[in-house]
Parts: sequence; C-alpha cells; structure tokens
Amino acid sequence: MINKLVLENLKHRWVRTLLSALVVGVQVMLILTLVGLSRGLLQTSADRAKGSGADIFLKPDTQGTISFSTGQVSEKFVDFVRKQPHVAQAMGVLSQVAVLTTAVNGVDIDQLSKMSGGLHYLSGGPLKGPDDLIIDDYYQRENNKQVGSTVKLLNHNWRVCGVVQSGVLGRLIVSLTTLQELTGNLNPPRVSEILVKVDKPALTHQVVENLNRLLAGNLKAISTTDFVSQFTVSSIPQLQAFIQVITVVTVFVELLVVFLTMYTAVVERTREIGILKALGAKPFTVLDILVRESIVLAIIGCVLGILLSFGARALIMSLAPASLTVISVPDWWPKAAAIALIGALLGAAYPGMKAARQDAIEALSYE
Amino acid sequence: MSNIIRVRGLSKVYHVGDVDVPALRGVDLQVERGEFLSVIGPSGSGKSTLFHILGGLAPPTDGEIFIDGVDLRKLTESERTELRQKKIGFVFQKYNLLPTLTARDNIAIAQALSHSSTRPAGFDDMLKLLGISNRLDHKPRALSGGEQQRVAIARALVNQPAILLADEPTGNLDTENSNAVLGILRDLNKRTGQTILMITHNPEAAAFADRTVAMRDGRVV
Repeated sequence: MINKLVLENLKHRWVRTLLSALVVGVQVMLILTLVGLSRGLLQTSADRAKGSGADIFLKPDTQGTISFSTGQVSEKFVDFVRKQPHVAQAMGVLSQVAVLTTAVNGVDIDQLSKMSGGLHYLSGGPLKGPDDLIIDDYYQRENNKQVGSTVKLLNHNWRVCGVVQSGVLGRLIVSLTTLQELTGNLNPPRVSEILVKVDKPALTHQVVENLNRLLAGNLKAISTTDFVSQFTVSSIPQLQAFIQVITVVTVFVELLVVFLTMYTAVVERTREIGILKALGAKPFTVLDILVRESIVLAIIGCVLGILLSFGARALIMSLAPASLTVISVPDWWPKAAAIALIGALLGAAYPGMKAARQDAIEALSYE
Repeated sequence: MSNIIRVRGLSKVYHVGDVDVPALRGVDLQVERGEFLSVIGPSGSGKSTLFHILGGLAPPTDGEIFIDGVDLRKLTESERTELRQKKIGFVFQKYNLLPTLTARDNIAIAQALSHSSTRPAGFDDMLKLLGISNRLDHKPRALSGGEQQRVAIARALVNQPAILLADEPTGNLDTENSNAVLGILRDLNKRTGQTILMITHNPEAAAFADRTVAMRDGRVV
C-alpha cells in the first residue's frame, strides 16, 4: 500500500516527476557519454595503432606511453633502430594535433604502406606532392571532402590526394618532411615516435628488451600488444580524475534537483503528512515514503539517462564521426544507477527528515 | 459500564514565544464504553485541544488521562503513534483524505499503517450503510463533501478503534449531508456499540449524541 501511495504521489504531479527524472537522466547520460567517449577515442586510437602494422612502438623515455607530444625523438634513432637484429623495418612518425582529437601524421608513405601491408584507397592514391593529404573515410564523411578538395590544417592548405579506409595509424596522413617543416621539427629532423616491424613476430619481446637496453634514457620500446592494452581509461590518471570530477558534479546536481523536488513536495503535502501521522504513521514511515519516491525518481531518471545516452551517441557519431567516437558502455549502467541513487538519497535526506519531524497538529491545520 | 475515557484535572499549556497560553485548565471527563458523547463549546473553549490530547496527537501538560485503560501520560511519542493506529479513529472537519488515493485506498492505507491485513467482519455491510460501496474507486476530488466524510468515517473504523473521535464532522457540509453523517454516526453507535466522542459548536449536531458536555475557557462547565 505504501508503494502504491508512493507511485500515486509521483503520478499526481507527473510533470514535476518527469522533469525531475529528466534532469537525473541528463546527468546519467552525461556520465555514460563521457565514459563512452573516453573509451571510444581510446579504442579507435588502439585500433589505428594496431592497423599500422608495427610490432613495436618507440617513444621518448620521459613521457607516458599515450601522449600527444610532437617531435621529441631525433630521427637519427630511426636508422639506429633499423640496424638492430630482427628489425625488419623502422619508420618515424610525426604527429601533430590539428582539430580536437584528430592528429595529422607525417610519414614516409612508402614505408607506411609496406609496414601496414598497404593502404586501402577508396579513391585517389598515395602522396605525391609535398602538400598532399590522405584522409580516411570518417574524416571524409564528417568534412565532406573529396579527392582534389583543399583542406586547411595547421595554417596550411593541403590537397586531398586519396581517401583510405580508416584503421591505419591516423585519419590524416601527410608527408613527414612537410609536417616537420611546418612544426619546426626539420632542423634537426625530429619525429614523435618510431614504429618497428620485426622479422619474426615471436621475437618481439626479445627485440623490445634489446631496444630498451640500448636506448635506455632516450627511448622506451613497447610491444604493440602492450601498447594497445594501455588504451584504457584506468591507465590514464588524468582521464580517470576527470571522470571522477564529473561524477561528483553529477551527484551534486542531482542532489540539488531531488532536494528541490522533495522539499517542494514536503511543503505542498504538509497536510497529507499530518493525515498520515494522525492515522498512525511513524516518523520513519514518513521518511520512508519520501525516500521511496526519490528512489523511483532515480530509477526513472536512470532509464531515461540510458536511453538518452544512445541518442547522444548517435548524435555525436553523426555530427563528428572522425573527431569523436562514442561506444556503448553497458558495464557502466549499474555504476550510473548507483550514482543516480546516491544523489537521490542525499537529496531526499533533508526534506524527508523535515517531513518526519513535522508536527501532526500543525500539519493538519496547514492550508 | 466501564469508562473508556477517564480524564481528571487535565491541563494543557502552549508556550508561544515567552508567553504561556493555557488551553485546558483542569478538565474532568468520563466517557462510558459504547457512549456517544458530544463536546460543545465556542471557539477557544479548548475542545480541539482536548480532541488532540485524547487522540494522542499532543501530550498533556498535567492531569490524568486514560484511554481504554492506557495511561497516556506514560506514553512516549512512538507509543502514542501506536495508540493512534490501534485505538483511535479520527474524523476531521475537512475530511482529510489523501487526494492521490482512491476512497478504497484511503481506507486501505489506514490498515497498512496499523499493520493490519484483515478487514473487520461486517465491514462491507458498514460500507453499504455508509452508502459508499459504489464510490470506492473514485478519488476524493470526484466525491461530494458528504461522500468524502463517509469515506473518512469508514477509514476511521477500519481498524476497529476503541474510540471514534470526530472533530466538527459536519462543519463543511450542508444541512442534508450533515444530517446524513450525524445519522450514520448515531446508527453506528447504536448498532455496533462504537464509542464516539464528537466535538462540535453546533447544538443541533450535538443533539444527535446520547450526552453533551459543554466547555468554556478550557474547562468543562
């Protein structure tokens, strides 16, 4: 019966209920989208790293595995690495963030084709001139560019020479020399990382150890398998901290929304609380009713939030398929529900206690 | 017959800021089991305060008060709440039905709060007597004042209280509905022996009771 009262109370003020649940839902959606976006971006980066065909990545020893730093590795190391035992191929890549999370990658296109097993051109062909640019199909869709189109990136006009299927290294590929020149990394020539292919994949671990020994203090080698495994939210402390901050903000906003909703409900229903008390409702029962209403709000909000997260994902993916990738994160639904529940319970605490403490006689005379 | 309500030297003082406002100044009252008593008096006479104390909604300041053998002065707030669940049925002037629930659920919530699951024998007959059997699935806004008050009477009786306390039960009703509700209360008292204490300022309403006591300035006169 108490549950029926709870549901009827929420139905009675259905617009307020829906709006409150919607605000809770938006918070849930924010969390799910943020986590989905973080994971999506990391996932596509990992896929592209794998798609490069490299067995080993060499990065500056001083920075984390995942970084957007440009040109910190002398190109001289490429030749050095190339001469090491079991290294079949080594190539330098210079990366420069151009738009949002999209980087321009400067490479020797022949080397990249060889390492990756060949780029799959949907139209056009490889880089020929210094200002040529290869884009992938996602970038093409997002920016509506064709072979021959001009793209302005890094304050430079590029001509699209080819459109490739996504999944190899990056969405934008240009000549290494041109990018080095544009970013001030030509004299002396520097790259961001070195990609290595070994002659026998079974020896990858051995080559990594050898390179780490030889290049200690300069470069750090990591196998592609290990490198890709680090593309997780938990391995990036800054991203984890960001998600935690958003979570706390979400709980706080939801707390305020539920607080306002429940506080208004308590004031509005003062007389009803008096009736319940006159009928023998204990303070705990009154608190219980308010708490249950908040929990229902949180549950409705959570369901709305999950549905909204699908909508947000579809919207983001249609507006910026190249820049932003959002994946569905069902493993986060229980966490988002718990966050919604915590916010709702905290928000209901004070109004619930106020209602529980309400004097029955005063409440009954409330107009 | 035994006294179901026994009050002696009952006083109640409200503290309003730094001022003490006496609402009851030594009330003596006995009500026999099965009696229909009306308490009449003008505004400010203390009859509503007496109603609240008898109903366990407020503690007395001083004096003796026994309800069905229970000494109210010794009860904690939680125990007074249990007293309201088990021994007291309230009927208010403004009906005080929960607007979000149907008539049926308004009755059921009183049962739920007293943790009772079985309806008293003959309760359906009582609903017929009250004339609300076919109005139970309506919410209060769809019921007339008279119907709402009859639902409130049914709600008050569902837990088989020792005492039915009615505070100006006809105060918001027209003459026809007033007479109907008062007739129902009298009929209920005669048929089932339900003890009823009715507060009113209307002598015509008071005349439906077996006995009337008058209050003035916080005393029974």
